[in-house]
Amino acid sequence: MMAWQKSLAVIAALLLCATFLLASSVGDGTWKTRVPEKERARENPYDSQANAVAAGAKLFRQNCSSCHGSEATGTDKRPNLHSDRIRNSTPGELEWLLKNGSMRNGMPSWSRLPEQQRWQIVSYLKSLQ
Amino acid sequence: MCLAALLALPAQSRAQGNYFITYTHHMEEPGNLEVATKSVSGFPRGGNSFMGNALEFEYGVKTWWTSEIYLDSQTTANESSVFTGFRFENRFRPLLQEHWINPVLYAEFENINAADKALLEVVGHDGVADFLDRNNRHEKKREAELKLILGSNVKGWNLAENFIAEKNLRGNPWEFGYALAVSRPLSLAASPDACRFCRENFRLGAELYGGLGDRYSFGLHDTSHYLAPTVAFHVPSGPTFTISPAAGLNSNSHGFLLRFGVAYEIDQVVSRLRGKR
Repeated sequence: MMAWQKSLAVIAALLLCATFLLASSVGDGTWKTRVPEKERARENPYDSQANAVAAGAKLFRQNCSSCHGSEATGTDKRPNLHSDRIRNSTPGELEWLLKNGSMRNGMPSWSRLPEQQRWQIVSYLKSLQ
Repeated sequence: MCLAALLALPAQSRAQGNYFITYTHHMEEPGNLEVATKSVSGFPRGGNSFMGNALEFEYGVKTWWTSEIYLDSQTTANESSVFTGFRFENRFRPLLQEHWINPVLYAEFENINAADKALLEVVGHDGVADFLDRNNRHEKKREAELKLILGSNVKGWNLAENFIAEKNLRGNPWEFGYALAVSRPLSLAASPDACRFCRENFRLGAELYGGLGDRYSFGLHDTSHYLAPTVAFHVPSGPTFTISPAAGLNSNSHGFLLRFGVAYEIDQVVSRLRGKR
């Protein structure tokens, strides 16, 4: 085996190990238990702003509807957001979920959206009946 | 034609690319496919002008795993247009929550030839002199590249730092490089109106990247470095356009490089192919 083939084999083995290590931690669905108390208690700074729900709805359509549906009613294996879990969650919990995701369960982190936009999405989520 | 067919699909998500060289810790959403082109034009003094291209297919395998294939080509004035090879890369995010600094591990295999001018990274003693020779497709480069990607989001600013190690698998020493980037949207809050030219759809930033020598001569001696402002414009439910004029910072660098790119994200591509959407 040539030197470059050995190096390639080592890199492939390392990638495979990393994959198995990460895959072994998939799937508990308990994101709410991981929210720190300080984050849970945070208020939505956009609560009193009339436009926040409209802006949040726009952001939801742009970023979330491919998984959760344009009306947030869920698709295929992704959850319906007109749910007790969303209604009973505090704004701080929802913002924490958007920021951190629940990566073990397929929900990506939306930290690439500025915090202000995440709060606007929270305003929209809390407006769902 | 394939690209036109892809563009006919409605995109909803925002393509990831804010930068040309620097990777952030943001991963592709699982199930989404981003198709992007990254082009660079250079005008080396004493050589022929060129345009290097990379066609990128980025797929979100998992929330913590993104896989990409690049197909490279280039056109050089007074010479030829050639396909120069492919790159296959994977990025893994080991920490599954957001932190102050978020690491991502990156591994890439490149099978390109010496005519490649995509300039997707600058490592070792890369410099403008490499671009003065005529296109040579016969010299093959099989290279492994590892990166440590660090990323943060602070008050609307995105900060990213990449540390690069690259090795030609035919026995050349490890070469090193770096890339740093910062960017911010023009508006942190979204407008409630549906508008194409809303301030939140524009993102301004800058990249700084260059080589750090190799295993036997680590440092800044005989290396090239660039500073490049970046502008990204995301069309809602459409592509993201990015442009970046880069200025070389020393005599080993190209004096000026112009980068431009288009990225288009197709949501849940496997579900579409299965006809579930």
